[in-house]
Amino acid sequence: AIALTGKSSAFSTDEKPNSFEEITNYNNFYEFGTGKTDPATYSGSLRPQPWSVKIGGMVDRPGNYGVEDLAPDSALEERIYRLRCVEAWSMVIPWLGVPLASVLEKAGVQPGAKYVSFQTLLDPEQMPGQRASRGIDWPYREGLRLDEAMHPLTILATGLYGKVLPNQNGAPIRLVVPWKYGFKSIKSIVAITLTDMQPGTTWKMLQSSEYGFYANVNPQVDHPRWSQATERRIGAGLLGGRQETLMFNGYADQVASMYAGMDLAKNY
Amino acid sequence: MVQSLNRFARSLPVWAVWVMGMIPLALLVWDTFQGNLGVEPVRDIEHRLGRTAIYFLIATLTVTPLLRLTRINLMRFRQALGLICFTYVVLHLLSWVVFDMAFFWGQMIKDVVKRPYLIFGMLASLMLLVLAITSNRFSIRRMGANWRRLHRLIYPAALLAAAHWLWALKIWEAKPLLILAAILALLSLRLLWFLRIRANIAGRRIRT
Repeated sequence: AIALTGKSSAFSTDEKPNSFEEITNYNNFYEFGTGKTDPATYSGSLRPQPWSVKIGGMVDRPGNYGVEDLAPDSALEERIYRLRCVEAWSMVIPWLGVPLASVLEKAGVQPGAKYVSFQTLLDPEQMPGQRASRGIDWPYREGLRLDEAMHPLTILATGLYGKVLPNQNGAPIRLVVPWKYGFKSIKSIVAITLTDMQPGTTWKMLQSSEYGFYANVNPQVDHPRWSQATERRIGAGLLGGRQETLMFNGYADQVASMYAGMDLAKNY
Repeated sequence: MVQSLNRFARSLPVWAVWVMGMIPLALLVWDTFQGNLGVEPVRDIEHRLGRTAIYFLIATLTVTPLLRLTRINLMRFRQALGLICFTYVVLHLLSWVVFDMAFFWGQMIKDVVKRPYLIFGMLASLMLLVLAITSNRFSIRRMGANWRRLHRLIYPAALLAAAHWLWALKIWEAKPLLILAAILALLSLRLLWFLRIRANIAGRRIRT
């Protein structure tokens, strides 16, 4: 893959990142199958180049933007973030990307916009997992409140470990929201739309009693079928044990104020 | 064909079934030490042990229908098949306690009383424990007709095991649904036979 570099960032954790092998061989990307190694095995059919992202809705400059326009190599930052999956496992990943805010500013967010919705590519030829419904109404959709989208921790990533983003990790461009469960960080984005209404999101549409719009990492609010109090760090080995899950995945200092006064057990 | 199969089955010692039953375990140990389980071996170990347990549970449930439908008699091996199943249940539980939960007893206990899929799994394990303890000849002789009644616990245990698998997943997946279908098919055969016997008895009563 092509080498990329990014400026180091004060938002990075000093925890030890998982290996490239771990990050690229243990993925949830149902567009290529439900097994953890399916994305690594079957994502070769995805063609991440050329690629454009359609930015629309309540913006001043709607249009199709190339990945290179949204995240020029010269603007990339390295963000070493914890990733906490809703399935109670975690990793540390050295992403390369740009703040989502910088992308939204390029398009010019109009005053009435309150939410940002995202869509993954819909193409069963490139994404064989989409041939089966599995109850999912493809394409995969996600969304953020505008303040969450504009938060400096929220990035669009185009690389990891100094390399262009591998297909199984959401090439060529994906969202990374480190204080939310991994499924919020939508992969292989083709559309970003600014709206004034909360958009539908895939897991919530599939099972709203278990997956909410916010999906903030919260050790006190369990998934209805399993505990979220602790997590397993991938790569820790057979006797690696578990560790306590941190509120907002350890980013509470930066993000908790956005949810002041909200009942997080209701807005899960 | 059936006769030669039965002749072969009669010549096969029970320990040979045990040896075959331990092959999945040997492969799992091999894969673990060879690093074939990928970057997250814990999940694979736990899930493979659980899957193997349920395969042997189905094998145990197949012995009687096989005899009735095809006259192939594997009754001699049924106890071993059940005990092999239980061995994998124990290993599945151990891998959960040691590797997955890393002895977080507090969370384990809270989870087991609260999470349906863990409740299903634990209930199934307890039932199979009772069956394993009473699977010896001494218990059979001593318990008489009650032994047959007690060992019908394998029916709810099988259903709970399938529910345990399905309930632990985020979406419906084909493999555990097939397993559930196989279990339902094996149990409905028994229900059918049971209803037919009852109808026969009732019929005879009317005639006499």
